[in-house]
Amino acid sequence: MSSLPPDVSLTEDEIIHVRRSLAREPNALEWFMIDAEWSEHCSYKSSRMVLERLPTRGNLVVQGPGYDSGVLDIGDGYVLTAHVESHNHPSAVDPYGGAATGIGGVIRDVLCVGTRPIALLDMLRFGPIESSSHSRWLLKNVVRGIADYGNCTGIPTVAGEVEFDEGFERNCLVDVACIGVGRKSDLVLAEARNPGDTVILVGGSTGRDGIHGVTFASRALARDSDEDRPAVQIADPFLKKLTIEATLEAIKTGFVRGLKDLGGGGLTCACSEMAAKAGAGIEIDLSQIHLREEDMSTIEIMISESQERMMFIVEQGREGSVEEIFRRYEVPFARIGRVKEDGNIVVRRGSVEVARLPSQFLASAPISPRPKTAPKVSKPKLEVESVDLKRILIEMLSSPNIASKSWIFTQYDHEVGVRTVLKPGQGDAAVLRLPNGRFAALKADGNSVYCSLDPRRGVQNVFAEACRNLVAVGAKPVAMLDHLQFGDPGDPEVFWSFEETVDGLAEAARHFNIPCIGGKVSFYNEDDRTGKAIKPTPIIFVIGLIDDEKSITRMAMKSTGDSVIIVGKTRRDMGGSEFSRIHRLTGSAAPRMDLDLERRTMGAVLECIGEGYVGSCHDCSRGGLAVAISEMAVAGNMGASIDLDAVPSDPLLPHELLFSESNSRFILTTNRARDIIALFENQKIPCSAIGTVGGDQLCLSGRGSGTSVAMSELREAYEESFERIVNR
Amino acid sequence: MRVAIVQFPGSNCDLDTLHALRDVLEMDARLVWHQDFEEKEFDAVVLPGGFSYGDYLRAGAIAAHSRAMHGVKRMAEGGRPVLGICNGFQTLVESGLLPGALLRNACLRFMCRWMELSVVSNDSAFTARLEEGHRIRMPIAHNEGRYFLDEEALANLERNRQVVLRFAADNPNGSVNKIAGICNKKRNVVGIMPHPERACEQIVGGEDGKLIFTSLEEWRR
Repeated sequence: MSSLPPDVSLTEDEIIHVRRSLAREPNALEWFMIDAEWSEHCSYKSSRMVLERLPTRGNLVVQGPGYDSGVLDIGDGYVLTAHVESHNHPSAVDPYGGAATGIGGVIRDVLCVGTRPIALLDMLRFGPIESSSHSRWLLKNVVRGIADYGNCTGIPTVAGEVEFDEGFERNCLVDVACIGVGRKSDLVLAEARNPGDTVILVGGSTGRDGIHGVTFASRALARDSDEDRPAVQIADPFLKKLTIEATLEAIKTGFVRGLKDLGGGGLTCACSEMAAKAGAGIEIDLSQIHLREEDMSTIEIMISESQERMMFIVEQGREGSVEEIFRRYEVPFARIGRVKEDGNIVVRRGSVEVARLPSQFLASAPISPRPKTAPKVSKPKLEVESVDLKRILIEMLSSPNIASKSWIFTQYDHEVGVRTVLKPGQGDAAVLRLPNGRFAALKADGNSVYCSLDPRRGVQNVFAEACRNLVAVGAKPVAMLDHLQFGDPGDPEVFWSFEETVDGLAEAARHFNIPCIGGKVSFYNEDDRTGKAIKPTPIIFVIGLIDDEKSITRMAMKSTGDSVIIVGKTRRDMGGSEFSRIHRLTGSAAPRMDLDLERRTMGAVLECIGEGYVGSCHDCSRGGLAVAISEMAVAGNMGASIDLDAVPSDPLLPHELLFSESNSRFILTTNRARDIIALFENQKIPCSAIGTVGGDQLCLSGRGSGTSVAMSELREAYEESFERIVNR
Repeated sequence: MRVAIVQFPGSNCDLDTLHALRDVLEMDARLVWHQDFEEKEFDAVVLPGGFSYGDYLRAGAIAAHSRAMHGVKRMAEGGRPVLGICNGFQTLVESGLLPGALLRNACLRFMCRWMELSVVSNDSAFTARLEEGHRIRMPIAHNEGRYFLDEEALANLERNRQVVLRFAADNPNGSVNKIAGICNKKRNVVGIMPHPERACEQIVGGEDGKLIFTSLEEWRR
């Protein structure tokens, strides 16, 4: 008789594959272990083949995708580590707890390679908060969840981005990235390589929270998702802080031979992945595990996703020195098993064996082939009646997508660790100092509207914008991580957009020579009522390096009399722009992308910064030229006069010139205008001096039109709108 | 002068404070795990910021009852300098070494911002190097920093010139009389909400915090 439990979510084909491979009928626990490990969330069974197209090698890459964290060599014996995570479904059900545990997970990913987590970034997506009280409730609680968790662990949240779009009203996206720093010699692998070594479970107790978390994440939210609350884990940032310190100290003993966090799939995934990577086995005894509740079944223990747990593989005979550290930090721990030679995951409860499965079999879910079709393109609506430039500029600066997010970032401790050189709002990217005297620049970007118009070009826009943000602060982009969020991969149109995205990203990454060192795929993001998938939402997190402190560049205008320079040509790229969103224009195309020009432009801007020509610098993208200049003026608290006739462009209407979101553009202010223009002319990149810094107005004149806005008005719109909307 | 930085479980500005004191200011400072703290070995003590014991119960409440705080109390009674920064300030208030209470911010949000502060009194162990009436810049980062004291006690506090720092412009947390830092009557125990250890190097935003720590060397009684 079949022991297949009713709530296993394996497909018919997978069930047949299991029975055939094992040549027997698994028991209920074994079915659940296979179910957890073969969930989309753990196995990447739909995406694996496509993701292989991304370039992953580079001079600095120590460890690329497929591990808990990407690892970069930053010189002098130090490494920088990075990972991205999302907690979309849990945050939709319990925004406070879901957001908090999302951070908890990504911190463990960075910690378990043996590095200290030093910064967090948060990328958030909600429905329109101007009109939706539900989205405002989600936003407030997600931000509070991130703040309460991140602040307590002593890891600064240094950057992020937020997008509001109707598509996220019933499926918010809560993404988080973490970076760590450590000694290359302290790196630890998530492998159980040496038979005889002891398996020690460290940290929180195992409870009923997070049961079926991965299968919850691997299907769409249902109407009764509120009843899935036990699938949302409970966060304990205090225990996390102790676990971080205890783990880092334990690694220093040199006796930790393998380390993995317990995240999706809990003990099942940690055991099978560590064993499979080394071609070994692990035998554990569930009666040794500290449980939160006494009467938990073997199934519950094996798939629980209780937070703040780490699995250590410790050299046999050296357990005592490591355990002494856990005792000192009052972090609970238990020896639960051993590494075995035979390649099996064996689970016992006391003397009774309750499961036995080959680790390789568990860790290699069969690939799910997915059909794809290009969606039909809807007819664009692009017409706009007469435009009051001043009113539109104020409206754009007040839009939650553009307005200052200080209401959010002041709730995050972005200073702790005393590494934060460029803080939120000061530049296009966060800049942190590193222990070897260099600086890391960090930025993640996303734009679901571009990606819905054209996933391939859209992701290239997103990637290029993140790179430009790094260049604007003076950093050379050296690596990226991709977080790819889509609807149900079984929908051929969704899968088409997923493949287009990966292909577009791979093409740009090769062009820019920036390897992918990690990432995450999150499918099944869709509206529970209509079943409509979210817009394709790749988030690209790019890491840059700065060698010289003098190159660190801010966005605030610096001195009266400085010239304002625009780099790049402004074209009619209104598709997917914030202007179009506000005017409810749809369709058209995402901004054009010339990868070669983009790469050359970024190189030339870096050269200008390196030469010391640049006073302030800002990427010109969302909201266009008028918004970029306004942001620089508000940050520097000084006005400017701009001559629109001097802007290199196609023939455009005034509102197109001001709000088009063409790529490959930067705004610089400088007292070395002649040197800068000569440098760009030499490299045949469009560039022009368009005005002067100074005064208490932003004057935009030329093209038979123009407007002028008092700085106080700009500042109020940019700095006060967001909080006003949140508190509606 | 040997300075102890006491680490409670959940302290998270301990390493930053050590960096400021030892690496930037070249003072003789060391980290001490709360269970190992022996006050006899030190001339001064700093309780760093963070979330001691997860701020469960109330911010600083559990740390205030730890064994280490008995030693801190003896130091305070003996006139040795004691500085509580942020969570350390909360712990000093909870332990009764400083008067008043630190309530949830009036805006009901955690607040991390650089603030202008005005120096009210330089007659304390950690403000001796500052000029009264001058303004300094340091960041705050807290959820429970709204200093509160009943009217009569507040009048006493002001009369005794126990307020050492005030928020100069905005009042970010709703503290009474914009109070950002106070000292005890003996003026050797000081509690402040802003983080001087985050303001000791120009590269991270400013150097005014150095004066708080170097005041120790100036203040001898």
